[in-house]
Amino acid sequence: MKIKFNRKMIGSVIAAIAIYAVIAILILTGILPRSMQSLVVKISYYVVLALSLNLIVGFLGDLSLGHAAFYAVGAYAGCAFALYSGLPLIPNFIISLLIGGISAAIIGFLISCAILKLRGDYLAIVTLAFGEFIRSIVKIIPGLGGTKGLTGVPSFDRFEGFTFGYAVVIIVIIILCNFTNSRHGRTITAIRDNAIAAESVGINIKRYKVLVFTVSSFMAGMAGVLFGFYKTSVEPADFTYNVSIEVLVMVVLGGMGSLKGSVIAAIIIVALPELLREAAAYRMLIYAIALITMMMLNSSPKFAALKAKALDRLYSVRESITAVFKRAK
Amino acid sequence: MFTPLLQVENLEVNYGVIRALKGVSFEVGTGEVVALIGANGAGKTTILHTVTGLLPAKSGSIVYDGHDLLKTPAHKIVSMGMAHVPEGRRIFGALTVYENIILGAYTRRDKKEIEESIELVYTHFPRLKERTKQIAGTLSGGEQQMLAMGRALMSKPKIILMDEPSMGLSPLYVSEIFSIIEEISKSGTTVLLVEQNAKKALSIADRAYVLETGTVVLSGDADDLMHNDSVRRAYLGE
Ligand SMILES: Nc1ncnc2c1ncn2[C@@H]1O[C@H](COP(=O)(O)OP(=O)(O)OP(=O)(O)O)[C@@H](O)[C@H]1O
Ligand SMILES: [Mg+2]
Repeated sequence: MKIKFNRKMIGSVIAAIAIYAVIAILILTGILPRSMQSLVVKISYYVVLALSLNLIVGFLGDLSLGHAAFYAVGAYAGCAFALYSGLPLIPNFIISLLIGGISAAIIGFLISCAILKLRGDYLAIVTLAFGEFIRSIVKIIPGLGGTKGLTGVPSFDRFEGFTFGYAVVIIVIIILCNFTNSRHGRTITAIRDNAIAAESVGINIKRYKVLVFTVSSFMAGMAGVLFGFYKTSVEPADFTYNVSIEVLVMVVLGGMGSLKGSVIAAIIIVALPELLREAAAYRMLIYAIALITMMMLNSSPKFAALKAKALDRLYSVRESITAVFKRAK
Repeated sequence: MFTPLLQVENLEVNYGVIRALKGVSFEVGTGEVVALIGANGAGKTTILHTVTGLLPAKSGSIVYDGHDLLKTPAHKIVSMGMAHVPEGRRIFGALTVYENIILGAYTRRDKKEIEESIELVYTHFPRLKERTKQIAGTLSGGEQQMLAMGRALMSKPKIILMDEPSMGLSPLYVSEIFSIIEEISKSGTTVLLVEQNAKKALSIADRAYVLETGTVVLSGDADDLMHNDSVRRAYLGE
């Protein structure tokens, strides 16, 4: 059992390094066109946003429409520090990343304490309102540049941007894998499965809600700092509820509670409009259609059977390949 | 002298403007089986939810083993030795039978003692032992009820509160569930049993309270109530 786990881990590490190496070479040699290079950075912070929201929506089962708020807090806190600290780029980024994450986590903690009693639609509406509230607040806090926001945030070149974005993504994935497979992860699954039963065995539901919101906000805050360093400015218009919806679409399309799904969906949704420029105008329409299709497909037993069959086939193919390899040995 | 393990006095609970409990008092002594019987909507589930901290009370008091339960949050009540088997088979449907049982020991740490409790649960419910790896949501209704009871026993409770364990079960299963409740009681656990199946409940209870629209209208020894005319007419269908 243990050996298998280690082998799987080594496999993941090799895959992670290989992907990094390939993209790094593509960027450094200039094979990847400029527009694609910035796309790679954009993908990294959207992946972090989708993964962190999945913790709330997929694992805990609470609908949050205000994820942009935590993203905004992280972006503003981290970038304000970066602007005024005057440190060299790399230490500046790392400290800003932590400051952004921690500030967002504090706000996430406070907010989750305030909304503990809310569920379902009410929670969704309050989080939505909270997102807009944060946006108005940053406009009036002195030193944050009002509606123009902060400009002149230190900037990465494309390669650095990709490297740091990638590193943050990997760190977030490692944290989430460990968290969801831990005792805490199983407890959260139990809460989502049946809240009354969870309470009846002595699980402190409130504590776990606060924990999930805090961890998730921390990650969204780091995504905000990545964004600020990438764009070299942050303004209130970057954090409208559209961002929250967009990230929610990624979570739903990728599958509730599936980390892999969130990563893939984030990549596709960020990349598609850039690749199909003409389609960009219809982005919201395409999201809506994709969401409805997904929901209809997921609730249809025929589709579930089809999916199971396809997966079965995939597994049998994999098995026959490994069998061939074994024989070859 | 009779010292109650659980004492509820003048409990009032409202849902918004609806008065669900209008001053309910009852007590449960150590080692007893006490039944709360009453028709749909009488307030039985409301009582259990208030005792276990899932609902706030408007007024009154709930004292358990020296603790004021109205000031105790729900998740702390389990570790004080009170287990709750909620109405309607509240199991973790996506988890296996074994995982459900293990979650019942959520508040305990000692691995060896937990193992012993699992064995104890399996002796009460051999059916569960045969199905440890099955996804709990695919169990039959009666098996799910057994799982919910087994899970509650995993916290090693002094008192166990059961909300309509016989609901929706075939007569054979009902008899099985009730004989297991008797076993649990014999092994030293105090039982507070909420039931609509008054006949079965009275047959295993020591004492009982009859509840009507949020008030206790009758109480006494189970045997006496079994022979009480108005109880026979209203709850035993005679
Ligand atoms: N969440 C709620 N909001 C408003 N009213 C409620 C709520 N829960 C219960 N009630 C009302 O409180 C009263 C008591 O309900 P309760 O569930 O305690 O009854 P019960 O005795 O357990 O009934 P049953 O045998 O059908 O389970 C009922 O009139 C019910 O409609
Ligand atoms: Mg009830």
